[in-house]
Amino acid sequence: MRNPNPYEPYPVRIDDITVETEDKSLKTFKFVFLNPEHEEMFAYKAGQFAELSIPGQGEIPIGIASSPTEKGFVKFTVFKTGKVTSYLHSMQVGDIMGLRGPMGNWYPWEILEGKNILIVGGGFAFTTLRSSIKMMLDNRDKFGKIDVVYGARSPGMLLYMDDLKEWEAQGKINMHITVDKTDDPNWKYHQGFIPPVAEKVAPPASDDTYAIVCGPPMMIKFTMPVLDKLGYKHDHIIMSLENRMKCGIGMCGRCNIGKELVCKDGPVFTLDQLNQMPKEY
Amino acid sequence: MSYIRIAKASWDGGLEKARKAYELIGPVPEKDSHKYAVLAAGQLPDMGFKSTKLSPKWVVFPQSEVMFEYTLDESKANHHILQEVPAAPGARAVIGIRPYDAKAIQLTKMNFDNKDYKDPFWLRNYERCTFVGLAINEPSSTDFSTSCGTGPFAEEGLDVLLVDAGDAFIAKVLTDKGKKFLSEAGFAEEAGADAAKAVEDLKAKAEAAITSKVSYNKIAGKTIMDLYDAPFWKDVLFGCINCGTCTYACPTCWCFDIQDEVKGTDGVRVRNWDSCMTGLFTHHASGHNPREHEWERTRQRFMHKLKYFVDKYDAGLMCVGCGRCVEQCPANIDIRTVCNTLNDF
Ligand SMILES: Cc1cc2nc3c(=O)[nH]c(=O)nc-3n(C[C@H](O)[C@H](O)[C@H](O)COP(=O)(O)OP(=O)(O)OC[C@H]3O[C@@H](n4cnc5c(N)ncnc54)[C@H](O)[C@@H]3O)c2cc1C
Ligand code: SF4
Ligand code: SF4
Ligand code: FES
Repeated sequence: MRNPNPYEPYPVRIDDITVETEDKSLKTFKFVFLNPEHEEMFAYKAGQFAELSIPGQGEIPIGIASSPTEKGFVKFTVFKTGKVTSYLHSMQVGDIMGLRGPMGNWYPWEILEGKNILIVGGGFAFTTLRSSIKMMLDNRDKFGKIDVVYGARSPGMLLYMDDLKEWEAQGKINMHITVDKTDDPNWKYHQGFIPPVAEKVAPPASDDTYAIVCGPPMMIKFTMPVLDKLGYKHDHIIMSLENRMKCGIGMCGRCNIGKELVCKDGPVFTLDQLNQMPKEY
Repeated sequence: MSYIRIAKASWDGGLEKARKAYELIGPVPEKDSHKYAVLAAGQLPDMGFKSTKLSPKWVVFPQSEVMFEYTLDESKANHHILQEVPAAPGARAVIGIRPYDAKAIQLTKMNFDNKDYKDPFWLRNYERCTFVGLAINEPSSTDFSTSCGTGPFAEEGLDVLLVDAGDAFIAKVLTDKGKKFLSEAGFAEEAGADAAKAVEDLKAKAEAAITSKVSYNKIAGKTIMDLYDAPFWKDVLFGCINCGTCTYACPTCWCFDIQDEVKGTDGVRVRNWDSCMTGLFTHHASGHNPREHEWERTRQRFMHKLKYFVDKYDAGLMCVGCGRCVEQCPANIDIRTVCNTLNDF
């Protein structure tokens, strides 16, 4: 059962706030539902998003960063950029706000089960990828080989450092972390942009190998030729879009690309699908 | 199908009676045109009106509608928790709505009432309504409704269709809601056997008077990308200043924005009409805008009405041919030309 009024947010309390990056532009907010029933109604899949609803400020669509296998809370990582995100960054643990969702489709887990997965993520688009990796780790036997290429400008800009270290130590997935540049003499991961690193470490293309690619437009632009070169078919490349949104439920007409509504028919599309849609993203 | 005769001499009295059961909405003069408004006590609709600048879509989809209220005062219980604004009570009768505007409400219903989500605000407004339509005996030169799946005497979406037959209205009763309205108003005189024929004659005459047409039979067979990438867009849409008039005037445009408004510690969440003609509509926080140029926004409006909607619902165009955008566009952009250009491309 979900809320019969799809515009009505579930009340939540901010339970914890983590500053993720050295420039403090990204914070992770951990929310707890005031009414435990709402947590069940909010059942989600990795790749979905929700509207964070701040009374007096407005609503913003944000990818869900926690995994469906993590119970008792939901997490979102938010970049401070405009009206609502700046306000959210000023809020405190204990404050009450709202959460509406979950919304949109998800990475196609029905298809991805049993397959090798290559994840290529850049910058703060890593949020729903964190959800996905955590979920796959908690269901490790259901997937083939998992490779994660994740990059940021500098070590201090990488999200979820604790998780990254833990995943690497566990050795159940292949982590390929990179930063554009660093003078840290102890840096033990890659240096350089994401696309060349992906080219080096990506598993060979096959019917059983899928790539999920999320990141800034530049990263996407230079990663696509790499995947093409490696032979990844366009229906095996999965992406997530971020069009401007309001309602999140396909009503307000804001987020369309052609006849697709990104909030409801997306935000996850294969490259094959995107090739047949106007480039309005 | 039953027909009721309403002598014009008894019309005003009947509406007064109907007021006991309904809030009345109808056409009233405004400057050089008319508008649909809630009729104040004693106020009667001007049934001789020709057209209205805005359609009555606001009855189900108000230009501005409060959805939720809340308090930011932390000393109060439930602070920061949104409370749905209760539905306005009572039934409403929309008198004199044109058949194309009633059809437009049915088209937008596909958006607001779908298998995934029901828009509770739109639906509760809709369910309150009884639509008492008025057929168009003399269509305007910009009316092309007959080629858009409706027409001057079309019945879809109406509960009663009134036909002006000189000294009387002939009321064609279409639904139980319509029957109830007529009985609340005390309109009970069965029209004679010739009423159906009189209506058919007037209908044929009105339909014949519409010479303006669009064709879209070939649009569904083309791909979105072919039409989207067609070379004619910049030429056809040259001159559009993105004023948004067409989107507000259009009975089938439904895009909206949601905003929070706060006074002291009392807040409301409101939805307002929005327009795909504005740059801010799609502007990302990063500064990137997927529809950066003015003509791209105009293309979006026409592609939505003439192609995306057609593909998505298989219910024809998202245009009822009312002609409002044709009449009111300051740049003389004409959806008929755009539609025919797409069809012939
Ligand atoms: C599916 C999806 C997932 C996202 N996930 C994340 C995430 O995990 N972390 C993150 O930091 N950001 C994410 N974003 C982007 C985020 O929604 C915007 O940065 C945010 O809405 C900006 O709000 P603002 O009020 O601070 O900015 P302003 O520029 O002041 O924007 C005002 C309003 O415009 C709308 N808006 C502006 N920019 C965008 C945008 N890019 N996308 C959608 N609506 C917008 C919002 O309604 C916002 O309230 C995501 C966007 C989408 C569509
Ligand atoms: S088409 Fe005409 S009415 Fe519509 S936005 Fe452009 S100039 Fe304004
Ligand atoms: S697009 Fe123009 S003619 Fe068609 S319904 Fe809208 S306002 Fe009327
Ligand atoms: S955000 Fe409203 S339709 Fe997608």
